[in-house]
Amino acid sequence: MKPAPFDYACPDSVDEAVALLAEHLGNAKVIAGGQSLMPMINFRVVKPALLVDIGRLLELDFLRATADGGVCIGALTRHRVLETSPLIAERFPVVSEAMRHVAHVAIRNRGTIGGSLSHADPAAELPMLALLLDADITTHSPRGERTIAAADFFVGALTNALADDELVVRVDLPGLRPGTGWAFEEFARRAGDYAIAAVAMLLHVGDGVIDDARIAMMGVGDAPLRRHAAESILMGQRLDDDAVMKAAIAAACDDLRPNQDLQASPEYRRHLAAMLCERVFADAWQRANPETP
Amino acid sequence: MNHDEIAAKPLWLVVNGQVHERLVEPRMLLSDFLRTTLGLTGTHVGCEHGACGSCTVLVEGDSVRSCLMLAIQANGLDVKTVESLGTVDALSPLQEAFREHHGLQCGFCTPGMLMTCVDVLDKQPLETEAQIRDALSGNLCRCTGYQGIVDAVRSCVATRNAMRAAAAPDAGPT
Repeated sequence: MKPAPFDYACPDSVDEAVALLAEHLGNAKVIAGGQSLMPMINFRVVKPALLVDIGRLLELDFLRATADGGVCIGALTRHRVLETSPLIAERFPVVSEAMRHVAHVAIRNRGTIGGSLSHADPAAELPMLALLLDADITTHSPRGERTIAAADFFVGALTNALADDELVVRVDLPGLRPGTGWAFEEFARRAGDYAIAAVAMLLHVGDGVIDDARIAMMGVGDAPLRRHAAESILMGQRLDDDAVMKAAIAAACDDLRPNQDLQASPEYRRHLAAMLCERVFADAWQRANPETP
Repeated sequence: MNHDEIAAKPLWLVVNGQVHERLVEPRMLLSDFLRTTLGLTGTHVGCEHGACGSCTVLVEGDSVRSCLMLAIQANGLDVKTVESLGTVDALSPLQEAFREHHGLQCGFCTPGMLMTCVDVLDKQPLETEAQIRDALSGNLCRCTGYQGIVDAVRSCVATRNAMRAAAAPDAGPT
């Protein structure tokens, strides 16, 4: 199908962009890479009166190291840039790995970080990574800037904390402790398809036992999930202990209530989540203990 | 909204090395602009929601879905379509490899396949068949003639690697 008519503006600054959003409150949509928005516009599921194209706001196209060992990512950064960045590979290999699963190369060449966070698809990799990495998402509106923790940002399916005149401008990923183990596994029917389920983990080991664990999932709820109960179970434990592994998987998966859809039943998604957890927990443990055979 | 109220916007872009200036409706997709405004019908339109890859073109050297980009978003940019490759009488080496390895049947997916190949042959190692299949995973062939396409890309990878080795003999394999 073809899009319904809309007007188009290509502002030269963030202030101008959010002023346009405020002026056309609720009737304007922001477009950057357009890889989620354009299919909806082509199907006329979304019929904005005005598209505000932030694609020329080069001030939002950056990726830089921060002093705490983290990175600051401008909203206009493309998925493909994160996927191929040596800085990301060094500081957040879990992000490099996950980016390879985002659709296909032509989509990653256009799709932006700010766009994925703003779209808040429950089966998208970036929202889940933001949650896993305790990202801080900074937005701009006519009322100024504010920073929202990822845990407060994703409210539900395609729903987030953004106001209609608010624009994501950057996301900060705080640095990880040296030696942090990581893993990411995703299941989709074909390469690049929407994930049916995915699991990611960060793990830090001190004096032989886990002293920090973070587990995030997607595709198994209305929004990406952190699994705090399973994280708590792992504290002070070792993942080469079968009983610990089983208890953590149960805590991470037993209370999942995935939706029924054309792709998978709730039971199947829960089963997949448990299988992915087993692999991810083992891989992250391995990476957090590089000397272990 | 009355569609007459929306003014057409000026668009300036380079397509296959040639400058074009037009007034376009904001809602015009890049794929439709290429086909109907410029008459470059080599770019095929399949699903119009980014699933099939038929409409893949290069924008600033990167493969993109032209159905998921507005023409106006290409303002000031360099676009390359399948017409930038060879001609019927003088196929490009990539097109010749597709012909040689039976990399097309009905030909509908071929322009998108070719433009994706131009991008990934330039930027990715494509050392294994799995890597080639992953690189082409965004382009669907409903004739399911994938093996011939993969074979064509493998032969292009071999040629490319030999040329790179010849150009930089001390650099070792890439």
